[in-house]
Formats: sequence, C-alpha cells, structure tokens
Amino acid sequence: MPTRILMPALSPTMEFGKLAKWLVKEGDAVSAGDIIAEIETDKASMEVEAVDEGVITQILVSEGAENIAVNTPIAVLAGDGEEAAVGPGAAPVQPAAGSVPPRDPAPPPHTTVASDPDIPSDAHFVEMTVREALRDAMAEEMRRDDTVFVMGEEVAEYQGAYKVTQGLLDEFGGTRVIDTPITEHGFAGLGVGAAFGGLRPIVEFMTFNFAMQAMDQIINSAAKTLYMSGGQMGCPIVFRGPNGAAARVGAQHSQDFSSWYAHVPGLRVIAPYSAADAKGLLKAAIRDPNPVVFLEHEILYGQSFEVPDLDDYVLPIGKARILREGGDVTLVAFSHGLTYTLAAADRLAETGISAEVIDLRTIRPMDTASVIASVKKTNRLVTVEEGWSVCGIGAEIAATVMGEAFDYLDAPVMRVSGKNVPMPYAANLEKLALPSVEDVVEAAKAVCYA
Amino acid sequence: MAGAKKKGGSATKTGSASRSRPAGRKGKAAKSAPAAPAFSPEEELHAYREMLLIRRFEEKAGQMYGMGLIGGFCHLYIGQEAVVTGLKMAIEEGDQMITSYRDHGHMLVCGMDPKGVMAELTGRRGGYSKGKGGSMHMFSREKNFFGGHGIVGAQVPLGAGLAFANKYNDNGRITLTFFGEGALNQGQVYESFNMAALWKLPVVFVLENNRYAMGTSVTRSAAKSEELYNRGSIYGIPGEPVDGMDVRAVKDAGERAAKWTRDGNGPIILEMLTYRYRGHSMSDPAKYRTREEVQKMRAEHDPIEQVRTRILDAGLAGEDDLKTIDKEVRAKVSEAAEFAQADAEPDAAELWSDVLLEATAQGGN
Repeated sequence: MPTRILMPALSPTMEFGKLAKWLVKEGDAVSAGDIIAEIETDKASMEVEAVDEGVITQILVSEGAENIAVNTPIAVLAGDGEEAAVGPGAAPVQPAAGSVPPRDPAPPPHTTVASDPDIPSDAHFVEMTVREALRDAMAEEMRRDDTVFVMGEEVAEYQGAYKVTQGLLDEFGGTRVIDTPITEHGFAGLGVGAAFGGLRPIVEFMTFNFAMQAMDQIINSAAKTLYMSGGQMGCPIVFRGPNGAAARVGAQHSQDFSSWYAHVPGLRVIAPYSAADAKGLLKAAIRDPNPVVFLEHEILYGQSFEVPDLDDYVLPIGKARILREGGDVTLVAFSHGLTYTLAAADRLAETGISAEVIDLRTIRPMDTASVIASVKKTNRLVTVEEGWSVCGIGAEIAATVMGEAFDYLDAPVMRVSGKNVPMPYAANLEKLALPSVEDVVEAAKAVCYA
Repeated sequence: MAGAKKKGGSATKTGSASRSRPAGRKGKAAKSAPAAPAFSPEEELHAYREMLLIRRFEEKAGQMYGMGLIGGFCHLYIGQEAVVTGLKMAIEEGDQMITSYRDHGHMLVCGMDPKGVMAELTGRRGGYSKGKGGSMHMFSREKNFFGGHGIVGAQVPLGAGLAFANKYNDNGRITLTFFGEGALNQGQVYESFNMAALWKLPVVFVLENNRYAMGTSVTRSAAKSEELYNRGSIYGIPGEPVDGMDVRAVKDAGERAAKWTRDGNGPIILEMLTYRYRGHSMSDPAKYRTREEVQKMRAEHDPIEQVRTRILDAGLAGEDDLKTIDKEVRAKVSEAAEFAQADAEPDAAELWSDVLLEATAQGGN
C-alpha cells in the first residue's frame, strides 16, 4: 500500500513548520534512510528520511511552503509495483471511539485504615528504649521471613553507627546483615534492585542527611516504578535511619526531611515517637509491599517507653494516636516534636488550658480524619515540627483543616517549626533555631486568645 | 553473602587476545582480531529475523512519532540491533535484562509482544504499563525484563541489585545490565562496580558505546575513551571491547561473559562498539556529526546487512526466502501499529491505580 509521507514533528511541542527544501522529485526511487527533504521551525531544522524503500509518486507540498501543520501529507511513497493513488485506507487509524476519558477526572479511591490492635488487658509491658525496640522489630521480621535483610554503613561488624542493629550480625550472619561502602546513591539503588528481584531489603542510612545522595533512587526508582509499570513492579523496601536535628552537629547534619518524602506519591512515610510505635510500625513497614521511608530520631534512641510484650505487635500504617485528651486546643506533632509538645501540654494545664495531643506517627498517608475530628472538638489547632515551616507538614495540615473544618475553627491555625535558617552550630543559636516548649505554649495561648 | 552456586571457570582477561575487532576503531585490536565464530544456518536466520524485527519496529515507531501518534520522548535503537540480539542468544532462560530508556530493542528480543510495546508508545490501555509508562518505562516480569529506566545511569545499581537478589537466592541466574557510554561517567556506576566486584555479584555490565551521549561525542566526554572496557579494572573487573555491529562477535563475547559471572567470578564489562543511526531522541536533528559518517557506518557495518550478505553468500537462503521473512516481519509490525492506534486510551480510573500496593495481612512476596 502506498504511504503518505507526513509533515513530521521535530519535537513534542512542534505544531507547524516550513518545508525548506525537497531533495527528491516525483518519480525518484528512494531507499530507507535517504534524505528526501529538509524542514525548519524557528528553533531548529531537520532532515526528513525515507522510512521505507519505494518511489516518490507525488509531492504534495511545494518547496518553501511555510506554516505546514504537523501531519499534513507532504508526499506519497509507493512500494514495489504499487499503485500511485492513495486510498482512504492510508489515513492514520483514529483512536477507538469512546477512548477519550471523561472531562471530570475520576476521584481518588477512598481508603480506610484499621485501628490499633487491642492489647489484651492482661498483657505484660516491658520498658525498653526506642533503639532496642527498632532492633527487636528487625530481628523478629528477619526470623519470620528469609527474604528480609539489612544493609548499610556500619550495620554489621560495628553493630550500627547508633547501635540500632546491635546483635543482628551474630544472629543472622553476614549474608543478611551487610556492611556497605560509603556510597548512598549506589547502595540505595542496589537495594531497590534487590526489592525488584523479590527480596525485602532494610536499607539503613547512617542519617537521612546522607540520603540526599540517594534521593533519585528513592523517588524515581522506588516510589514511581510501580505506577510506571502499570502495577507490575512492586518495591518492598524500607529506608530507615535517624532524621532531624541531633545536637551541635551543624547545618549539614541537622535537617528534618519529613516534608520532602511526604510530598511523593508511591512512598509511605513513618516518623514514630515512642518505642512501642517504633516497634509496631517498623514491623508493619517491613511487611508492607511498598517503599517505606522510616524516619527515626537520634535523641529518642536512648529514651525508654513501655512496650507491650506480645509475640507479634504490628501497628497499622496511616493511623495517628491521641496521646493526651483535651478540650481547648489540638496540638499535632510527630517524632521528637512530641517531646516539646507533651511538655507544653503539661505547662498549659497549669494555666487552665486543656490540650489534646495527637501523634501523627505516619506522615504519608496522613490520618487527617483524626486531626479533623479533634479540631471539631477543640476548634483550635497548633502544629509542631522540627523542620522548616515553608511547604512543611504544618502547612499541609493547615490547608487540609481549612478545607474540611473551616467553620469549626475559632482561630487561625498556628505552626510551630524550626526557624527558616540552616542549623547554626553555636549552642545558643541552635536552641533558638529549634522549636521549644515555650514556642508551643505561646502558640497554644495565642489560638486560645489567652 | 550467599555462596555462589558454581565456582571456578576460566578467567577472561582484560585485553585478551581473543577480543573481537571493534567496528570503526583503529588500533591494535583491529589488526589482531580473529573473525568471530561462525553461526549455524539456524542462528544466522534467527539473528536476521530478530534484528529485522527491531529495525522495522523502530522505523514504524519513528514514523508514528512523526504523525503525532507517539508523544514525549522516543529513543530509537536503529543501528544497535546486534547488541541485544547477540546477547539474548548468549544467555539462558530466566536470566534478566535491565536497561535505560533506549529500550524497545531489548523488550523485543526478550520476547515481549510488539503489540504491547507499540501500544505503550501510543499511551493505550493494552500497553505493557497500561499506558502509564511510555517509551522509556516498560517491564515484563514474565520475560525477565526489568525496565525501561529514564534517569541516565540509575539502572546500573538497580541491575546490581537484581544480581544481588539472584546471588542471595542462589538461583544461578545472571543479570545483563545495559547502559550507554554517557552513563559510564556517572558516579553511581562506579559505586555499583565497587559493590558488584566486592560481593562478586553475577552481573554482566553491557556498555553500549554508540559514540554519542545525546550530542556529545565520546571523545569529548570520556577520558581515555579508546578503552572504556577498562573502566572497571581498578576494581578488578575484567573488560573486553566487542564489535557490537557483528552479532556473532556479540554472542561469542556474551557467552564467555555469562559463563564467567555465572561461575561465581563476579562482574564483567563488555564494551559493545556500536552506532545509533538516528538522533538521540526523535527531537534531535543530529547536527553534531556528518551525514557521511552515518552513511559510511550504514554502508560498511550495518548489522543486518552483514547477516544478509552471509546468508546469501553461503546460500543459506535465497532472495525470495529473505523477502518472505521481511514480509512476515513487516506484517507483525503493521499489526502492532494498527493495534496501538485502535486500542483505547486507559480508563480515567487508571489515574489512581498502581500508586501503592495493598498490604496483605501476612506480608511476604
């Protein structure tokens, strides 16, 4: 069948072009790859190659013609012994009728999240540090599933830069507890590949500050590939390590990345405060079939909490916890932010203000329903985070509350956050840069007009 | 680390005398190179058909791009067909491939349906990624093709990770990790070389040197560009230049490399000296090289013409037989093109699906 040679597009955005020059004339035989014409736009010029062998039987657009729309037939190419005429069948096939999606986009599917499992009334509680709880979570999941392994800098022989992986090498051996070179970009990508290959890697970043080098693999490879593959390429991986400001380590080692990761569809982002939540949520993260960014906090590692002594304590991802009930103002925080927030709630109680404290626990997907329900009760909201306020978690919560509980607000939402500066080293300046108990108290009083 | 299944095997030395003649590269290798081992008649005809399918598929894709039926970026593989064809002939069922965004040829040799590939190019629901990936992002777990990755170099640690999983599972499988000579300058490639060598991962790093990283020629972007196969030598990774325009040389080198890494010796680099006839992507007018350079390569080294000439010279098939193959291939490509145009666009509800997988109570794979 004769082929109509169409005005080609030089780029995804080109709509019109000039037919600058014909290099063939009617009756010329061409083979694939021969240049037959030159076309131009205001930005570039390009040679048009014959895609097939045959004879140019007709030239439809003359040399020098301008504003030729892309896809306009410019010539006719007939194959071996073919008729010159182009029948209607040569026109490009149109998409099937009804294939155009409706103008209104489909709404996102509704999802529900299970509540925390009931802890039996006779359950025994043990006191343990966040560090131990995280270690136990990994050890339990590694006993349960042979495909789970841990890799990262100093996780094996050194027993963890922050001793979170202490004892794992002894129990599971060097096949499953793997020291990596200091190459975050490479080993994060290798972990993602291993997850594509059917394993369940736990990739430890010594701190999340170094994970910026691995950001491309976390976002472009881990988070997006499931979608880009139409659901084929699940990536069950956990990226974990300390996040946020430790103490006196300067700007490059003191940053809260919560909002960075929370921005990305395809990731789950968890930032627990207590040891019990650290354990239950890390176990859930390891079992989850999706990439999970698990943000720990160095200052919390050594703090002790009561943890239920159960065989398999797994918590739902995406569910907040009300740490303290109150009626006057809602304080929403996560991770180490709870340290300031709980102390502030005590201080506020002394002045007669009853604060409800919500621990988000999971940043993405965020349990906004719990926040909204609380705001409908207290009518006042303060958010607390260590990260910068610009495009931060508090900004996201404020926008959500404005959209879903606007009429319930008796005061503007206030954000307590890290100051919008790189973290200073000097002790006094560092203290000023971080949120404080006083900041939370002041914000709560302000929204209560107290 | 899990122990490798098999040990031993013969070492492939860097710069060994058995290296094949690189196309268009002057030097010692060209003088001493022996001819590639001959193919059986079946192999010649198989290679001819496979390469022709890629060539015709890509020509059609280019044509459909020009018609506005394919959007965005579209990187054609024309000229490089012998690389994937020879390597596929060299590996075993169940071995894996992963590559960059110039991926149509890889998918076709892996046995993925041209209809599904072309329908992905047109963004239709019957595409391999349901229309949500496009030219650069297709996958088939069934055919052991792991993408289709759009960020230069990013597939290299991913490929090392697939190899890591194979070693961990002790399943005897190897991973062919493809990347271009442009990606070779990426830091993550060396991070991957280091770990792959350190942990003796079963991976063949296939460096497809087509001479141009978009518009920058290899001599302007890579130090010591005449021996890129040596870029793993500081990690003890053997490397070999291969005439990537000769499918026999590719298969031969591929077999040796596959054996080397499958036997537990760790990674190996094959530098495939090849050439892309078209621009970097469809919107690249390729003004950075002369018309003559392209024509000379086509005339003297075309991978398909080489096989065609051998077939005719040896009388393995006649002109008519080859014409029949050509017709069958064209019919297959036409069928794919028609399907890709007639198939419906994805349902609007697909916007929201495949962002996350549902968690199951038990977890596990």
